[in-house]
Formats: sequence, C-alpha cells, structure tokens
Amino acid sequence: MRSKDLEGHPKPRRTIELLLLLIALTIGIGAQVLVGLNLEDTIDQRYWAVGGLQVILAVAFHIALRLKAKYADPFILPIVVTLNGLGIAMIHRLDFTNRYDGVAERQLMWTAISMVAAIALLVLLKDHRRLRQLTYISLALSVLLLFLPIVPGLGQDIQGAQVWIRIGGMSFQPGELAKITLGIFFAGFLANNRDLILLAGRKVGPLTFPRLQDLGPLFLAWLIALGVLIVQNDLGNALMFFGLFVAVIYVATSRISWVAIGVVFVAVGAVLAYQFVWHARNRFDIWLNAFDRDIYDQLYGSHQLVQGLFGLAHGGLTGTGLGSGSPQIVALANSDMIIVAFGEELGFLGLSAMLVLYLILFSRYMRAGLGTRDHFGKLLAVGLAMVLVLQVFVVVGGITRVIPMSGLVSPFLAAGGSALLANWLIVAIVLLISHAARRPIVVGPMLNTTGEGASGTEDPLRGRNTGEQHPVTGSQGSQMAPALKEGES
Amino acid sequence: MNNAIRHTWVVSVVLFLSLFAALSLVQVVFADDLGSDDRNSRQFIADAGAPRGTITVDGSPIAESVASESSQYDYQRVYHDPELYSHLTGYFSVVQGGPSQSGIEGALNDYISGHSDSQFFDRFTALITGDTVMGAQVELTVDPELQRLAYDLIPDDQRGTIIVTDVNNGDVKAMMSKPSYDTNELAVHSGTEYQENMERLEDQSGLHVNYNVAVNRPIFPGSSFKLVTALAMLESGEYEIDTQLENPARLELPQSDRTLPNFVAGNCAQRSEAELNWIFAESCNTPFAEAAIELGGDSLLEAAEAYGWNEAMRIPVYVQSSRFPEVSSDAELAYASIGQASVTATPLQMNMAAAAIGNSGTLMKPQMVDTVRGSDLQILSNPEPEVLSEVMDESVADELNEMMISVVEEGTGWRADSGRFQVAAKTGTAERGTSPETYNSWITGFAPADDPEYAVTVVYEEVDFNVGPELTGPQMLTMLEAVIDE
Repeated sequence: MRSKDLEGHPKPRRTIELLLLLIALTIGIGAQVLVGLNLEDTIDQRYWAVGGLQVILAVAFHIALRLKAKYADPFILPIVVTLNGLGIAMIHRLDFTNRYDGVAERQLMWTAISMVAAIALLVLLKDHRRLRQLTYISLALSVLLLFLPIVPGLGQDIQGAQVWIRIGGMSFQPGELAKITLGIFFAGFLANNRDLILLAGRKVGPLTFPRLQDLGPLFLAWLIALGVLIVQNDLGNALMFFGLFVAVIYVATSRISWVAIGVVFVAVGAVLAYQFVWHARNRFDIWLNAFDRDIYDQLYGSHQLVQGLFGLAHGGLTGTGLGSGSPQIVALANSDMIIVAFGEELGFLGLSAMLVLYLILFSRYMRAGLGTRDHFGKLLAVGLAMVLVLQVFVVVGGITRVIPMSGLVSPFLAAGGSALLANWLIVAIVLLISHAARRPIVVGPMLNTTGEGASGTEDPLRGRNTGEQHPVTGSQGSQMAPALKEGES
Repeated sequence: MNNAIRHTWVVSVVLFLSLFAALSLVQVVFADDLGSDDRNSRQFIADAGAPRGTITVDGSPIAESVASESSQYDYQRVYHDPELYSHLTGYFSVVQGGPSQSGIEGALNDYISGHSDSQFFDRFTALITGDTVMGAQVELTVDPELQRLAYDLIPDDQRGTIIVTDVNNGDVKAMMSKPSYDTNELAVHSGTEYQENMERLEDQSGLHVNYNVAVNRPIFPGSSFKLVTALAMLESGEYEIDTQLENPARLELPQSDRTLPNFVAGNCAQRSEAELNWIFAESCNTPFAEAAIELGGDSLLEAAEAYGWNEAMRIPVYVQSSRFPEVSSDAELAYASIGQASVTATPLQMNMAAAAIGNSGTLMKPQMVDTVRGSDLQILSNPEPEVLSEVMDESVADELNEMMISVVEEGTGWRADSGRFQVAAKTGTAERGTSPETYNSWITGFAPADDPEYAVTVVYEEVDFNVGPELTGPQMLTMLEAVIDE
C-alpha cells in the first residue's frame, strides 16, 4: 500500500510493471516452448525469433508507458501480455493437429499489429478526454461498423453469423471495433446528459424511474442490440452491447431502476428473439437439451457444445498437459472454443488461474474508472471493463452451459485479428485513463489550468512542467478543480 | 458514481464466481460421467493412438509404432516390407477403431496393446510413474529369407499361396499369399484416405484384406485330398500299398446319371488294373471313388478329422475349419474322395496333412509365434511345440510316405524331384465349376523323405490347367532346397 500523502508523489511503479512483464513473458513464451518440446523434436531458431518479437513488443509498450503515461496501472500490461502469449501457445499447439495450420503465425502478426496500434494510440491520444469530442462521431462510426457486413459484396456469412467483411483477401470483423466506439458514445452521451436524466424522474416506492423521453437512448441501444441480433445472427454481441449500455447508465445515474428497466428490455428482447429468430431459438434449445440425441446430431446442433464439455471433463483438475489432449475434436478449437482447449490441457486449475487473470484485469479497468476524476473517463473505463467482463462471461458461460452459447471470443486468447486489435486498443485507452487517475495532483494557488474540467497539474517542488498539462477543449460538464485525489490502493 | 462502480464490480465478481462453479462442476464433479459418454471419443483416441508392441521376424521389426505429430493420435503404426507380411500381421487402423481380425495384430491384440493379464504390473507401474504403457513385442517363427523367396516366386498376376512349416515342431517358417497389399495404406490416420485406399484394395480381384487366404479360405483340394482317402483305405486293413485295384476310365455312379472320369493328364489310361502305389502316383480317380464307396462316408470322415478337418483353431491367428461334410449319397462320396463336391481345405490344412505323414503320423500344431516379450524383454509367452493329434500309426505313415515318394519319382509330382534329397508329395488339380473352367492346382509334401524336416504346400487358385503344375512343383522344390541345409 502506498501512502496517500498528498504532498508525496505517487510512484509511477513502472519498475514493478517491468518485473511483472518479465514473468508474463516467461509464462507466455515458456508455454510456446513447452508446446514445441512436447510436439517437436527440437526447439529451432523459429522459437527464439517468435519469443524475441514478443519481448521487443512488450518492452516497446513498456517504454512508451514510461515516456507518455508513467503513472498508468502497472498490472494491466503484464496480464494482457500473459494472456496473449498463452493464446499464441495454444494456437501454435493446435497448428500441430491436422485441422489447423499456420494460424499461430497469423496470430503473432496480428499481435504485433495490435500492439503497435495500441502504442500509437497511446502516444497520439495522450489524454483519454479528447475522445469525448468524438461522442457523436462514434455513434455514426458504430452504426457503420456494425452494418458493414451486410453490405452486399463486402459481407461474408461464416458459421451462420454475418459479422465479417472481406477486404483484399483478409477477413475482418468490424463489429469488434464497434465495442470501442459504442463505449465512447455511451460514456460521452451519458457524461453530457446525466444531470438532466438525474434531475427528472418519478419516484415509485424506493425506486426513481426516469421520464419516458429519457428512456430514448436506452431504447436506441436496445434497438441496436436487436438489430445486431436479427440482421447478423450475432447473439453474443447483442447481449454485450446491451449489457454495456445498462452498466454504463447505471453507473452514470446510480439508479437501480435503470437496471430493472434494462432487465425488462432484455426479457422482452429474449422473448421476441425466441419467437422470431431461428438462430436464437436454436441456441436456446441447445442450451437446455444439449445431450439430447436429436439435437446433438442435427445440423448446427449441440455437437460443438457437448464435445467442448467432454474436452473440459477430460482435462479434469490438472489437465492433460500442453500437447497431450485432443482439443481439436471440438470445432473452432483455436477461436470460439479456445477456452475448452485450455481447460483440457491445463485443467481446472490452469483455466481457473486464467479466469483469475481476467478478473484482476477487469478489476484494474474498474480501478482506473474509480480513480479518474472526470465523469467521461469513469464511464468509459467502466464501459470498457464491462466489454471485457461480458465477453469472458458470455464465452465461458456459454461453454459451461451457464447461459446459451453464442459466438464471442475470449479476449486476447482466441485466434482472430479484429478482436485482438480491438482489445489492445481498449488496453491503450484504459492505460491512459489509469494514468490520469494516478498522476500527481498538486493543489496550488497559482496553477491550473485554463480549460474547464482539466485536472492537470504542475509540480511546484521540482519547478518544472511535467508535460502532462494540456487544456482540454470541448469537454463540458461540471468539473470542479479536484481538491482531493481519489483514494487509491 | 464510485459506489455504482463498486456495485457493478461486485455483480461482475458474482458472474465470475458462477463461472468457477460451473467449471468445477464440468471439470471435476461430473467429469467421470462426461468421460464415459459414448459420444466422447477421447478415451478411444488415447487407446488408438497409444504405442503398440513391435512385431518382429528374426529380430527385425515388421510392424512398429512411431510417434506421430501429424494427427490427433500419438502414434502411427508403420509396417516394413508390408507386401511380404500383410496377411500375417493384418493391420491396425485407428479409423476402423482397432486391428483387423485376421492377423497377429488382431489375434494378439491384448499383448500388443499392453492390456493382457500378464502385463498388469506394467500398467500399474505406468499409472504411478505416468509413463505410457508399452505393448508386448511379438517375435514370429517366420524366416524372413524364406518369406521373401516365396514372395518372389509367386507371379504378381496369380493367386498363389506358399506355406513352409517345420514338421517336427509345427513352426510356420513361411506363409505367403498373393495378391498382397501395403498395410500402411490402411494404417493411415485420415478417415478419407483410409476410405479411398480401402475401396481401391477391395476392387482388386483376388485380394482379401480382411482374411488370410492361407488359413481362412477353404477351397476344393482336388486329388491332394487322396492323402485322406488313402489313409482311410490303409487304416481299414483291406488295402495295402501293393493291392491291385481296378482302374476303369470312368465310373458309373450309383443312384445317379453322372459318371466320374479318370484324371486326364496322367498315365491312368495305360492300365485298367494297377496297384495302389501306382494309382496314387498317377492320381487316378476311379479306384479311389470305388474304394470310398466301399468303405463308406464315416471312415473317410474319421480320416479327415484325424488330420484336422472340421475343426477351427488358433495358431494364434484364427484358422478356418476345412470342411468334410456328412455325405448323403454314394455319388457325392465318390466326388468327395477326390477332393471335389462339398469337400474343402485351407492351404494350411493340406500342409498339416503332409506334415503329419512326415512326422511319422504325429501332427504338431502349427504355430506362428516364437515368443512374446514384455517391454522389459521378459518373456510373457513362449509357445511350446504341441501335439495336435496322433493321426496314424508310424507304419501307416511310412506307407503313405513311400507312396508320396512315388508321386515325385514316377508320377504327377515329377517337377518337384530334387537331386539332393528325396521329396515326398501329392499333387492335386481341382475343378472349380466355373465357366470357362479354371482350376485349383496343388502340391503338398515334405522332404527329406527319409528324415522329414519341412512340409511345403504350394497352391494356385483359379489357374489354367497347364499353368498350375508348372508353378506348383518347381516352386515346392525351390522352397525345399532353400530351407533344407546341404
């Protein structure tokens, strides 16, 4: 625990990050080498090249943080590097089976692209509050990204879900990036309008219900989710977008009534989807009657789910060890079902450890939201944290039959460039928010800062500009000069 | 706002806890139930991909398991010289879900897969140390040089079988049939590849991938069956080696409008009456048919069953029983006595008949396995020579031996005559009842006649009347001269 001494300086803790990164890289690259040892005779220079590239990328990211956001959360990057490395290891392991080939190279390439993009975003954006200017552009961008796949000639139908576009031989899921743009829109919109929504309302018992006209945005979000579901057959993303919005509006207003209304909307949406969308009804039937022979044998039946459960069960408590299971039996073993592959080969213990990593990562995202001082940053951090937690919950819950299965991928683990890119960009944004949350604030008479809502500072003890004080234009809302730094642990 | 964030966090943690609970249910609590579901192929894949014991001849492997990286199965079964040994080993197919039943792979699957009772401690140790259970190693009695010689002798376009056994202990020294095939093609891990290869092999005429012609395919023995009829005649006491018998050109069969002609290729037509020895050497039909009718079906049945007819066995591969049925009429019996009608014999059965005579009337059980060793090279099974039956008295065996020498020195088996030692044999040419007529051409015998060591049987199925004897006799001679030391 650091002291909350106002006069002291929060430590940047970049050295802790570097040490943790060392462990993260050891785990990730070690797993890849283990796969090689188990399935190949020799560890050739390919492994050193692949490992070296990952070290370079991680260290580059670390240096970027040291230079541009040195108070950023030190746990986020190591956790993400660990998960990403483990993902590459499992994808590499599945490349040894006759079902997959060369996917690990592609995943590594996408890791490089994603990390470079994330570093670029970190360096260029400098401050997350600048995203607030993009509130409505983000909405337009979200709609565009979500509906690109149904543009004739551009879209592709894979596994019954229309979420892909094909550009020059490469498949891309634009909906993955919509996670970010929708997060920005919701955060920006609610940060602007929360006062209005908060003030009005009717009290019914302990709950205060919003006025009907304030329900508009919620209704809009609901329509987007349903549209995604109906047009693209994508149950997972529909759930995620709506869950994201409900969580953000709840945090913005602190009113539980929004959650209640959200649950009602989900229920109505679920009933409508069950009635009118074959895809959704099918998923629901599979969920309830997975082991039924007819459902198991039918096309788009429960075969994948049941085989996934077999794989998890085969792993048992301790797993078969990397390379010793048969994860390739399960369809899409290196993308949608990669959690099963980990469950089989690393066992309950290994998979649980990975879920704990997700949980810590999620908590650090939330921590950034707690710590930062601007409403937009809080809502954005919470929104992006929900994106993470909902992805994990929908994927793992679907695989373990907690909820109906739907096609989402495990963040950072699953093969797939679009999701990887989106999740790394989220990392960059959250790191900036956490940097804003933890960087030192000095309350002084003469300082601060011209822009409204700016919370930059200068360090009078050193008498020099930290370079972190920039007027923020276009930010609205009632930002008072923060007198106290938010507590941090 | 921060309180709402904290509440959101708590709700999310609860969501995560539900995931941990569900995972522990699936991976720990219900793991055994899920593991035993019949739709769960993982246990099967582990078994099918496990390393199997090596099959060796003269110490060198002809079938072994090699670590595999290209499929979900850990090991790939690899066969060396597969064309030579395909019928002996059979094949192990993960696609089919196990070994083919006809070969050693199937017959000794328990040992080879490491699941026999005698390997219990190996399995137990492996369970504790985490090692893979290694299957037992099987050494065959087959001599690789003889096997290769037999392979080279049989023309690729013929359906031929050559068997060499040791008359004194029953060891199978060579057992080769063509057409043969590459067992590796059926050991592939890919289902579609297996399917394609299987269809192609099954289309090949005369090739049977799921049984070994030498032990599993009973066919008409023709005149080689006279070894049985002659035994019945000598055992009855009514016939001696020099008993004069009538030798008509054709025999009117009782209660039938059929007639049984004499053998056309030999010299039977020269004499209308001759001693048994000459008739046997020239393979004349009518005297045997007449004698069979005289003796009755039961005495022929008794002689046949003494040699092993009508009984299946394991050596340890499964040997189909050769057939000598209850005969309903004298006409049928007449045909049966010369190895036609409803009488059939596997190549191994005809080899056993010769071996019994060669071993002074005592038939040793044929045996293909020399030793079975555990992964620690400790001997798990070491089949001792075993008497299958006392077929006949030594005196009768000597008489039959003498008659078989005449076959080679004066009769139809002249092509098998050796300058180095005396050969005893009996030929056979069976009509197969096809149109146009094709024949089963046989020779079965042993050498040296004065102190028999090895029995050799050569048979061609569906061969031209004139081609058969050109193949069988000389090839028997080649095999004998190769196997018997100077």
